[in-house]
Amino acid sequence: MNSDLFVIPFNLGLYFILIYSVVRSTIWFRNLSRPDKLRLQRGFFGKPFMDSLKEIFMESLLHRKIFRKNPVLGYMHMSLAFGWFLLIVFGTIEADFFGEKHLNPPSHAIFFRWFNPDHGTEGLAKLYGFWMDLILAFILSGLLLAMVKRFIPGMMGMKKTTKHTWTDRIALISLWLIFPSRLMAESFTCGAHGSGSFLTGTLGSALASFLPAAEIAPFFWWLYSLSLGTFFFLLPVSRYFHIPVELLLIFMRNSGITTGDRHSSYTEVQTHACSSCGVCISVCQMSYAAGINDIQSAYLVKGLRNDRDIAAITANCLMCGRCEEVCPVGIELGPMRLIERRQGEREDRRLRFTERYELTRRRSTIEKEPTQSYGYLTREEPEHAEVLFFAGCMTHLTPSVIVAMKKIMESAGVRYRFMDEKGGVCCGRPLMLAGRDKEARELINHNSDIIWKSGARILVTSCPICYKVFRESYYLEAQVMHHSEFINLLIEEGSLRLGYLHRRVVYHDPCELGRGSGIYDEPRAVISYVAELQSAVQEGSMSLCCGGSLGNLTLSSGKRAVIAADAARTLTIASPDELITACPLCKKTFAQATETKVSDIAELVAAALPKQVASRSKKRPARHPAKASGNG
Amino acid sequence: MSIDQANKFGFTINRSRLIDYDASDRKVRDYITAREPSFRLCFACGGCTAACTAGHHTTFNLRRMNTYIRRGEIDPLREEVTRCMLCGKCLLVCPRGVNTRNVVAVAAEAIRKLDRNEL
Repeated sequence: MNSDLFVIPFNLGLYFILIYSVVRSTIWFRNLSRPDKLRLQRGFFGKPFMDSLKEIFMESLLHRKIFRKNPVLGYMHMSLAFGWFLLIVFGTIEADFFGEKHLNPPSHAIFFRWFNPDHGTEGLAKLYGFWMDLILAFILSGLLLAMVKRFIPGMMGMKKTTKHTWTDRIALISLWLIFPSRLMAESFTCGAHGSGSFLTGTLGSALASFLPAAEIAPFFWWLYSLSLGTFFFLLPVSRYFHIPVELLLIFMRNSGITTGDRHSSYTEVQTHACSSCGVCISVCQMSYAAGINDIQSAYLVKGLRNDRDIAAITANCLMCGRCEEVCPVGIELGPMRLIERRQGEREDRRLRFTERYELTRRRSTIEKEPTQSYGYLTREEPEHAEVLFFAGCMTHLTPSVIVAMKKIMESAGVRYRFMDEKGGVCCGRPLMLAGRDKEARELINHNSDIIWKSGARILVTSCPICYKVFRESYYLEAQVMHHSEFINLLIEEGSLRLGYLHRRVVYHDPCELGRGSGIYDEPRAVISYVAELQSAVQEGSMSLCCGGSLGNLTLSSGKRAVIAADAARTLTIASPDELITACPLCKKTFAQATETKVSDIAELVAAALPKQVASRSKKRPARHPAKASGNG
Repeated sequence: MSIDQANKFGFTINRSRLIDYDASDRKVRDYITAREPSFRLCFACGGCTAACTAGHHTTFNLRRMNTYIRRGEIDPLREEVTRCMLCGKCLLVCPRGVNTRNVVAVAAEAIRKLDRNEL
């Protein structure tokens, strides 16, 4: 065994990456906020720890989420991750069990065949050799798929795959070389010694029949070790750093750490946990409908990782949340992007190769000053009301929704006040989406004041954008309800009598209501009560964005129209009589994009009201003084 | 304005509305048109102003703001941009597809940069 010098690249790489990972994790832990540190410590000694282990097995090794999305893609990831894991585990056991001594260094397990060329010709060892060959074949089949995917993404159900940096590319090549070189190295050694199982043995004897196997073998052992070493050295500066970091992310997430609203160790961990798999690109409507292929979450994260100026990427996103829904790593992409929008400008730095290894990189940003101020708003003294109705800015552009809501509430005898009848103040969500939280706070305070003073028990809004911010960023005593929830409540209470419309309709989940606030069932319950609800092609958590989203600051109206037309086409594929939505902005956007009639859920319900409502409502004000003032 | 002045005939009564293009600062306009080219599509119909949420509470007027930007009148513009709530209603009514919301955001950014001498 004179030539086992070849283990040096592997050993250097392995110890480098182990030490680097430990040091970096320690620094990340040290930079966590105090509550997050406590969460992580508590999580380590409790149930979250077991949950994390289970999740690591299911997601990091088996890749269950990707499997659900596409079996071939799932198999590819599983064979590489789980196969490699099995190879390491069983390789270690093999070296420990069949080797000369116990507790070998890792290199003895990895290069087992070199050190024991005659091993595995009979009995249990032969069976074990068969198993090891099977694992290698399993990995190689996944590798073959990975190569196919790189050149023909469509075969794995992927519309697009990510573009690589040069370090990624070298790391990828070394990763691709690891397993074929192992196969060749083992085969040549087995061929020279007449050992090996169905894969290495057969290939080995075939090669040895016309080549000097014993002389060629060391070359492939060197290649195997070098590719492993290179891969380990490039790990921290390539996308493959996600392999160790994802484990840390899972522990952190299961301990209850969330992204919050500013950069922290956790956002840093999430940044490095992104594998650039490209699933976010392939579901992005901006990509497949509008042909914009450089702003997706994978590129946002990559820009963050490499300290690039990503202002244009950050602003150009609909914030629909589809990417976050499918992210196999579970990165909170929406909050990450909002944090970045809140940040001031970032210095564009082309990092030198060595700089990428830096453990703590300080981001150079210029603090963002508030640009807006709303000192001109005057305090109002609202009248007392049980139910407060806030239409929202966008709803004022679809007056038919307001008319419908008025009809519905009058018909159900609701005593309500119309908070922004004469034009209210914006809820603050659009400012937050533009990364101007300080300014939004002013509007939130203004509106909160009115809502608190009114003493309302329920706050009904017709706009999902307002709904989300009312629920998440306002401190209110009133229960916040979207009008679809409120109508559902009225139906369940029995205070709203409705007829049945013989129409086939399809429902579009607005982003802020569905994915944003988790309201999927109430609108469907309401619609099914008055009409025949067809299912859409992509609905629920994977529903499409209408394209009109306020989340995007820079998208041109032309591109918006293309996205809207594409989404409308998908929604109306079963040619329904009507396309129902629950958001005034979606309604406005779709109305220009499709021939099908587009209505709000409130309009549909109002159409199902019994005909005599109009005459009845005229008598009502005398009985309900509060409501009478609400109308005028 | 004193009575003495008011009694005089001539052009001294009203402040001159003559635009001195040499004195106008076009940096802001150039900055905006570079980052939001749709700004140039505006034909000043005033739909945005009619729909405006902030305009309901104050004198904020997006159409007038456009004029300020085009003429390079920075001082009144500086006042004007702070009032917008970025609610996006103007975006929906614009018949020319101008990305009005971003125009305001970029204008605010331009003013900030101008004040820091970065433009």
